Amino acid sequence: MGGLIQSSTARKFAMAISGLFLILFLAQHLTINLTSVISADLFNELSHFMGTNFLVQALLQPVLIFGVVFHFVMGFILEIRNRNARDVGYVKFKGSANSSWMSRNMIYSGLVILAFLALHFYDFWVPELVHKYVQSHPEDPTRYYAETVAKFESPIRTLLYVISFIFLMLHLLHGFASSFQSIGFNNKYSKGLQGFTKAYAVIVPLGFIFIAIFHYINSL
Amino acid sequence: MKLTLKIWRQESANAKGKMVDYQIDGVEGDMSFLEMLDVLNEDLVAKGEEPVEFDHDCREGICGSCSLQINGEPHGPDKLITTCQLHMRSFNDGDTIYIEPFRAKAFPVIKDLIVDRTSFDRIQHAGGYVSVNTSGNTIDANSIPVNKHDADDSFNAATCIGCGACVAACKNASAMLFTSAKVSQYALLPQGQVEATERVQAMVRQMDEEGFGNCSNTGACEIECPKGISLENIARMNREYMAATSKG
Repeated sequence: MGGLIQSSTARKFAMAISGLFLILFLAQHLTINLTSVISADLFNELSHFMGTNFLVQALLQPVLIFGVVFHFVMGFILEIRNRNARDVGYVKFKGSANSSWMSRNMIYSGLVILAFLALHFYDFWVPELVHKYVQSHPEDPTRYYAETVAKFESPIRTLLYVISFIFLMLHLLHGFASSFQSIGFNNKYSKGLQGFTKAYAVIVPLGFIFIAIFHYINSL
Repeated sequence: MKLTLKIWRQESANAKGKMVDYQIDGVEGDMSFLEMLDVLNEDLVAKGEEPVEFDHDCREGICGSCSLQINGEPHGPDKLITTCQLHMRSFNDGDTIYIEPFRAKAFPVIKDLIVDRTSFDRIQHAGGYVSVNTSGNTIDANSIPVNKHDADDSFNAATCIGCGACVAACKNASAMLFTSAKVSQYALLPQGQVEATERVQAMVRQMDEEGFGNCSNTGACEIECPKGISLENIARMNREYMAATSKG
């Protein structure tokens, strides 16, 4: 395995698999978050399940954390190797003539997402860990909705979330379709698949933006 | 046509290079880009100056020798052509044209606009061949039936002239389009199956050792390739590589 991950092709394959896993996770996350717009009770119920279910906590959460860390670390490794591959740059390089802005700037959209994750963990994950393991509060299945909504009372935080989701959109617009190319999927179905990936890349971040703005407006 | 040329001049591999400005007059639209450089060089020689070194050979888009980055694009602004097929009618009177060598760590500059592309040869040597029994009982290749679609795809992959435009265009200086074309042209044919597992692994290993970057699927290589080599080849190489690696 150590030898395999040394190869550029295998690295891209691993990068794609971790990306596809995170894309799947986004759909699940959005589905649960959308319930906060529909019903506080349903959101509390689902959040309670995700926060207390043994399989989710002991199996899915570690896999997710590994997936996130792996994707970022591998992204940085690939970026460093790629920069080293051209030691003397061009005086004039017209990337826009042959490729999209998103495809050329995945590292920057990725860095914004990384910064967002730090904020997101600070907002939700760290308080959750403190609540559960430091303060050892008894589990309250009704607390999740109020805690979530309270975060979006701040216009600055809401704006930061919206900006982050726009960068997530830019990242997915290239990354989702690119993952299939990296795992070797390029055939007669690719064009249709590309349409789906583009739609997903726009709709999912828009869904998160809608939720953030909805709760902010509700708090006014 | 009167033009300003900004050309990379570098005396030798280890010398420090720089962009130098030249004014050129009397350029005609029917001249090829290389003929325009010939005119410049004649002027420079007449003035007792060192001519600009650049690679060229067949001058009809077949050999893959010419290798210029023109106004930020390999082989210039037009598509599906090499620099020798680019004509000055693609430019306007008064234009400033940037002319640089293909840039990649694996393509070190030898002099001025000439780069060393033998890293491509070494990738080819690593596995871009089929072994044929030449002891007297060689089987005619045409006696083995090949699916028409595979034959066409293989032929299309084989049209790669190894010019290096894919590397030059890629923001990561990746050689995956070249390597995948060379892998694909054999992977698609029955004659290429015997060494398939070793071939893709050896060629990818050599590509990595040469210091090329990773493919990030920007698609720039496919757009700039003078032969229109498709990204499908990279996907095929990725499949071949993972299948070969799982076999050990």
